[in-house]
Amino acid sequence: MNMSRPRLSKTLVLSAFAAVVALILTGPLSGLVLEGYDFKTRFSAPLQIAAFVLIVRFIAGLLPESWLAPRQKNEAAPRATRFKTWQLVLGGLLVYIALASLVLIASKYWLSVGILALIYILLGLGLNIVVGFAGLLDLGFVGFYAVGAYGYALGHQYLGLGFWAAIPLAAMLAGLFGMILGFPVLRMHGDYLAIVTLGFGEIIRLVLNNWIAFTGGPNGIDAPAPTFFGWEFKANATQGGVPFHEVWGLDYSSGMLDGFIFLVLLTVVALVIYAVTRLRGMPIGRAWEALREDEIACRSLGLNHVFTKLSAFAMGASIGGLAGVFFAASQGFVSPVSFSFFESALVLAIVVLGGLGSVTGVILAALFLTLMPEALREFSDYRILIFGFAMVLIMIWRPRGMIQQRRPFFTRAKG
Amino acid sequence: MSTLLDLNSVSLQFGGIIALNRVSLSVEEGSITAIIGPNGAGKTTLFNCITGFYRAQDGQILLSTKHKPLDLVQLLGGKFRLFDAPWSNIKKVFYGFFGGTHLVARAGIARTFQNIRLFSEMTVVENLLVAQHRHLNRNVLAGFLNLPGYRKAEAKALECAFFWLDIIGLSDLANQPAAALSYGNQRRLEIARAMCTEPRLICLDEPAAGLNPNETDQLSLLVKRLRDEFKVTVLVIEHDMSLVMSISDHIVVLNYGEVIAKGSPKEVQANPKVLAAYLGSDED
Repeated sequence: MNMSRPRLSKTLVLSAFAAVVALILTGPLSGLVLEGYDFKTRFSAPLQIAAFVLIVRFIAGLLPESWLAPRQKNEAAPRATRFKTWQLVLGGLLVYIALASLVLIASKYWLSVGILALIYILLGLGLNIVVGFAGLLDLGFVGFYAVGAYGYALGHQYLGLGFWAAIPLAAMLAGLFGMILGFPVLRMHGDYLAIVTLGFGEIIRLVLNNWIAFTGGPNGIDAPAPTFFGWEFKANATQGGVPFHEVWGLDYSSGMLDGFIFLVLLTVVALVIYAVTRLRGMPIGRAWEALREDEIACRSLGLNHVFTKLSAFAMGASIGGLAGVFFAASQGFVSPVSFSFFESALVLAIVVLGGLGSVTGVILAALFLTLMPEALREFSDYRILIFGFAMVLIMIWRPRGMIQQRRPFFTRAKG
Repeated sequence: MSTLLDLNSVSLQFGGIIALNRVSLSVEEGSITAIIGPNGAGKTTLFNCITGFYRAQDGQILLSTKHKPLDLVQLLGGKFRLFDAPWSNIKKVFYGFFGGTHLVARAGIARTFQNIRLFSEMTVVENLLVAQHRHLNRNVLAGFLNLPGYRKAEAKALECAFFWLDIIGLSDLANQPAAALSYGNQRRLEIARAMCTEPRLICLDEPAAGLNPNETDQLSLLVKRLRDEFKVTVLVIEHDMSLVMSISDHIVVLNYGEVIAKGSPKEVQANPKVLAAYLGSDED
């Protein structure tokens, strides 16, 4: 590599500096080992860490500078789509079939991981409508997730609702809650909006936690396992039900329930992806984006900003509610612990890392943030570290998220 | 010619400052009316009252319609007062919840802004499509299923958008983000966007601010064309006197929130009060 002398020496100095900083930061943590009430020193560990930092910093210094510079270009220039409609449909169908066939080969464990990943994709897509499209920073999204999950569990307990009835009803209920949240925050923007939505998410969690007579409080509540045309996914049917495997003459396996939930969830995710992609090009999606850009201009064009905002909240919340139903169904149990603020932060991280407004980016980020911890289970102590590291890297190189939202391309109508 | 817009002693006060003091004026249908006056005279405040961004505290703003004239002030909803007639209170509450600026825009008044307000991350075409949302098929299901009615409405809107892009000469930049346009182009795009709402009255707030002489000439041609070809009435605030004098049929001069002169460009130019407001007078 052809490199000028001053730059090389500068890199060396900077690397040495980084190593010293690493020594100071990690020395007391890793160099002192407690022994009873005494401690002994262990120099090898901090030196190893410092050496590692030095080498990484030096290599980073050798890379061409353009690799490390943040991308200046903010918006991917719009261009005509490269694919024809039938190609997209065929491709989507193939991906769907490939993913669906995972049910046949994947173990119960990986199926449950897959379900979790799909749930986070749904949550990310829902929040993407509110934050990415409409530009309303919502820190309480987990509230709608909880409404969906509890809607299913409580709906079964008090109204005897089944899984299939709960899907639309819980989504609608969550949408209603989204509108209820939307009304008081209509005039708020930015930080104020974030604080109020944060409070709203906490209110829902606290109500679930403390209204013991209705929700079971911190003990949680059982959510029924879903059935398929009344066939149950159990080894032995309860109270005159028919087990699925007996109807089809299969051997019972405990992964069947997960496989079934995975398939239904995959279908729902596919439909939601289609819907969200369509929404962007529809009048309502454009209205959301216009609202994000300039609310005053929207009003001057006759757009009802109240309706537009509420519809964004409701649409995002109902997708969150859908995710909640599947969460409750796959866990078989819901308790308020699952709906802490950390979940909201994680979903927001998915949306921001993936790229605000980008559907593909949100899917990739959701997969990354849910599958990575499972794949790196041996390093589970470092999970949050890696998570933070990935965030820092993406914020440096791609401040607008992994995938930038691409604007739709319009051509003049022919004739 | 009939009157399109009639302001009847409109007043607005911000704390102790009287921004508008019983302003009365009327705008003839099919005319180009200019509002001029020194800085701080209340021109933009008046515009905000007409377009529904501020609620006039007193007076009426009447827009003539096919039926009886529509009072734009009422559309914004009023202060609830217990001892008013019950019916007017019900009306106020209704408009307080569901009324607002967008109803004024839907009544047929479009506007542009002194500091350009485009949807800057959206493309030029999208800016024009957003403006046409009222003429589109907004049924969400029809959009999901891509039904023929939806497609037809979208195609029509796209056609209209490109029609306006041709007029303002931005067809080549149709898929650029609006923020990437030059200043003059952004001004023209904002006018086109306002026109896409199919207004009867378009209010231009300092459309020539920041334009060079060449662009200003183009602008005056465009404004005349809006009136002659597309039959909209134009209400314009402008500081560029040569532009004002060349395009307007009628001029209203504001100073300290009051109308000090009205009339044709010739009459206004000769009015001593106007000269005093702009240049200062000897008598003081």
